Amino acid sequence: MENTLKITINGKVYDSSPGKTVLDIARANNVYIPTLCYHPRTGKAGKCRACLVEIEGFRGLKESCALEAKDGMIIKTDTEQIKQVRKMIVELHLSNGEHNCIACEKNGHCELQDMAYHCGIERPGFPEYHETIPLDDSAEGIIRDHNKCIECGRCVTACNNNVMHEVLDFGWRSGHTKVICDNDLPMGESSCVQCGECVQVCPVGALTFKNAKGKGPYWELEKKKTICTYCGVGCSIDMYVKDNKWVYSMGTEENWEKQTNKGMLCVKGRFGMDFLDREDRLTTPLIKKNGKFVEASWDEALNLVSSKLGETKAKYGAGSIGFFTSARTSNEDNYAMMRFARGVIGTNNVDHCARL
Amino acid sequence: MTNSLQETEKSDIIFVIGTNTTWNHPVFGGMVKKAVKRKGVKLIVVDPRDIDLAKCANLHLKQRPGSDSAVLMGLQHIIVKENWYNKAFVDERTEGWDDYVKSLEFYTPEKVEELSGISKQLLIDAAKLYATSGRGALYYAMGITQHTHGVDNVKACSNLQMILGNFGLEGTGVNPLRGQNNVQGACDMGALPNVFTGYQPVTVEENRKKFADAWGVKVENMDDKVGQTVTTMVNNAGDSIKAIYIMGENPMMSDPNLHHAEEQFKKLDFLVVQDIFMTETAQIADVVLPACAFAEKTGTFVNTERRVQISNKALNQPGIAKNDFGIIVELAKRMGCDTFPETPETLFEEMRQLTPSYKGMTYERLEKECGLRWPCPTEDHPGTPILHVGKFSRGKGLLVPIEYRAPEEVISKEYPIWLTTGRLLQHYHTGSMTRRSKVLNGLVPYAKVEINVVDAKKLKIKDGEKVKVSSRRGSIEIHAEVTKKIQEGIVFIPFHFVEAAANQLTNDALDPIAKIPEYKVCAVKIEKIADCC
Ligand code: SF4
Ligand code: SF4
Ligand code: FES
Repeated sequence: MENTLKITINGKVYDSSPGKTVLDIARANNVYIPTLCYHPRTGKAGKCRACLVEIEGFRGLKESCALEAKDGMIIKTDTEQIKQVRKMIVELHLSNGEHNCIACEKNGHCELQDMAYHCGIERPGFPEYHETIPLDDSAEGIIRDHNKCIECGRCVTACNNNVMHEVLDFGWRSGHTKVICDNDLPMGESSCVQCGECVQVCPVGALTFKNAKGKGPYWELEKKKTICTYCGVGCSIDMYVKDNKWVYSMGTEENWEKQTNKGMLCVKGRFGMDFLDREDRLTTPLIKKNGKFVEASWDEALNLVSSKLGETKAKYGAGSIGFFTSARTSNEDNYAMMRFARGVIGTNNVDHCARL
Repeated sequence: MTNSLQETEKSDIIFVIGTNTTWNHPVFGGMVKKAVKRKGVKLIVVDPRDIDLAKCANLHLKQRPGSDSAVLMGLQHIIVKENWYNKAFVDERTEGWDDYVKSLEFYTPEKVEELSGISKQLLIDAAKLYATSGRGALYYAMGITQHTHGVDNVKACSNLQMILGNFGLEGTGVNPLRGQNNVQGACDMGALPNVFTGYQPVTVEENRKKFADAWGVKVENMDDKVGQTVTTMVNNAGDSIKAIYIMGENPMMSDPNLHHAEEQFKKLDFLVVQDIFMTETAQIADVVLPACAFAEKTGTFVNTERRVQISNKALNQPGIAKNDFGIIVELAKRMGCDTFPETPETLFEEMRQLTPSYKGMTYERLEKECGLRWPCPTEDHPGTPILHVGKFSRGKGLLVPIEYRAPEEVISKEYPIWLTTGRLLQHYHTGSMTRRSKVLNGLVPYAKVEINVVDAKKLKIKDGEKVKVSSRRGSIEIHAEVTKKIQEGIVFIPFHFVEAAANQLTNDALDPIAKIPEYKVCAVKIEKIADCC
């Protein structure tokens, strides 16, 4: 789309296309505006007020996540008033919960921590008051810590409007709103399917993956984009790995609108990757001798296969050999085997097991 | 799929048959649900069980297993009779009308009610709703194909879409949801007995010559006849087939009749299995080759909407395991052929030059454009999200007459219950990966047979108790899940569990054309296991 509008942010002019929010334009140009309730995949919620900006000619501050940019707008994001409001928001959250960053799973990519850092807050300014709610670790894959929840509502929106599992909602309990599963059941007893979408959008450490615990802080993980090995939807997965081990999976957020899965995953793509690291993986070629498998080198194994296939072809013809390829290996693997069957052996007896 | 996954909200109505979408294709299942619950798209579900999607459907037709083609043709009978079909589309873009209409005569609502158990009125309501709601997309999966008459079922689906003009537009089409992540790619790559890459027939001399030249082999050395399918190779093991090389599959677990597959493989002179685990099939092999899993190599995969996507290497291989393609390249060298490209990207390059529908794809484009849907003939072509726009690839769409055939095996006095098999949300295929996952196996650690409350009461079976399920081919012991989700007279067993392998029970009768075994339907009996321990 064409750049047809100009807006000024903190004295600098930026070109943009119509239909964008002030937040979109600021982010695209690396202007810092914190957000807590907004997420690209759950949209604007207008709840947290972290993203307030000043518009010249308007009274009061406006939420930039919900503010459509208009040509000629003059925006400020760094006034004293804005800084004060941000600080107050962070301080309220910090004192209303238990935000112990030290061993938190989210340490290093927590949006509240990030905002506190930008506001220069090292410890809560208000006296801490809260009632500690016990952890919910009843589910197989997800841990819920209400004490870290900032009630931004992203998980509720994601569960109800993205993955459509309709498990989460806001409930009311002893004077506090609280995110609940079904009618306030422990997650493991609720209708939750453990797709993990809520964890993926949570800005803080209120929702985390059990399997990631203790496997390494965020900054030590490497991100690799893969395609899920399970069903034919072909979801794009960002695998977070460390020391040659899978730690957790996230649906690819980058370009999410163009991705097949729009950033979402199911329970298999989310949690079903630990088979990669199982001790019973095959690690070396094996040749059966007297009914028992014996470890072999690649040379031994491949020479044996090559001579056996050669003999069979010589004795019974190429058509006596069959090749089963797989609907789970890559195109390149399938192409190589197809070429081998047809070009090297000389048979069209090649098929894959999708029929089965 | 003729269309794309992202189009659910562009449909006016969605027709789902033979797919428990929210379990088997969960992320897409969510997209269907969203279209229906948030965007007002209508939904018709045809499935014997109360699957999740049925809860938000406008209509749910619960057919008897094995009666899918009768239901589909029955709907068409009504649509044609009531003149609800798209005459302009039929005239302009299809052929075969007369024979087709003649074959519809059989499928009166009365007849279909008798065959499927769906009431006449419900059939009429569904036909009307589907035909008169605007753009309709039809989605199906293994519930349609895994039958002795699976090919008929698929044709019945495309007939339905053709007479309604549901082709070539956003939010329409005939859309099979593939069960494994690269079924589409394996087919595209010519891992089929009759075609090279991109569906170029092996029986056409020109094609053989093209590939022979590219591979540096003599065209006389290429096989000019269609080869054998997986199922016929298994059946011919020991006779015309002496050696089999299996890459990345576990046919002993996925074969519809387990005993049979094992016996057959044992007749071979030589069996090679290349896999990531010591699978049931690997155990009876002569040589086992350790392969890399998907995250341990870079490569492309094609999803169910024909989108070719790159998956990157994230981890190193365990031990001295190798890439599947790397093993084959090494083997080729030992057999006197050293012209194989050796990296994924160069293999892809060789392939695309030989494959018109992939010609415009490069690794760079696939990465940048979040995948491309074929056909993509040139490097400036954007790919093709919707097939058959304005014209079918074969010219006119063929309306196919379909003769009703009952499932190969029907219930009897001794085996009075229909068995249908399928997948669970938490597990996958033969379970070799998901059963090894802590969370997934923790969620569903063992198999259960779903049985209706009324049947359970008759047999004095309590929820959770172990029962014996037997067919003419074998029997298994399994926990009972007593539920209203399934109709009386039908039971459902997932096929992921070695210790209660549904495929001990199923029938290996094949569809005569597609050679797909009848996975979905057979006759069983259920017995209480005498109170023990
Ligand atoms: S894991 Fe998925 S289903 Fe469960 S609460 Fe989170 S988003 Fe909802
Ligand atoms: S994450 Fe789930 S829906 Fe997506 S491809 Fe994997 S199995 Fe299919
Ligand atoms: S991010 Fe804008 S109001 Fe929360």
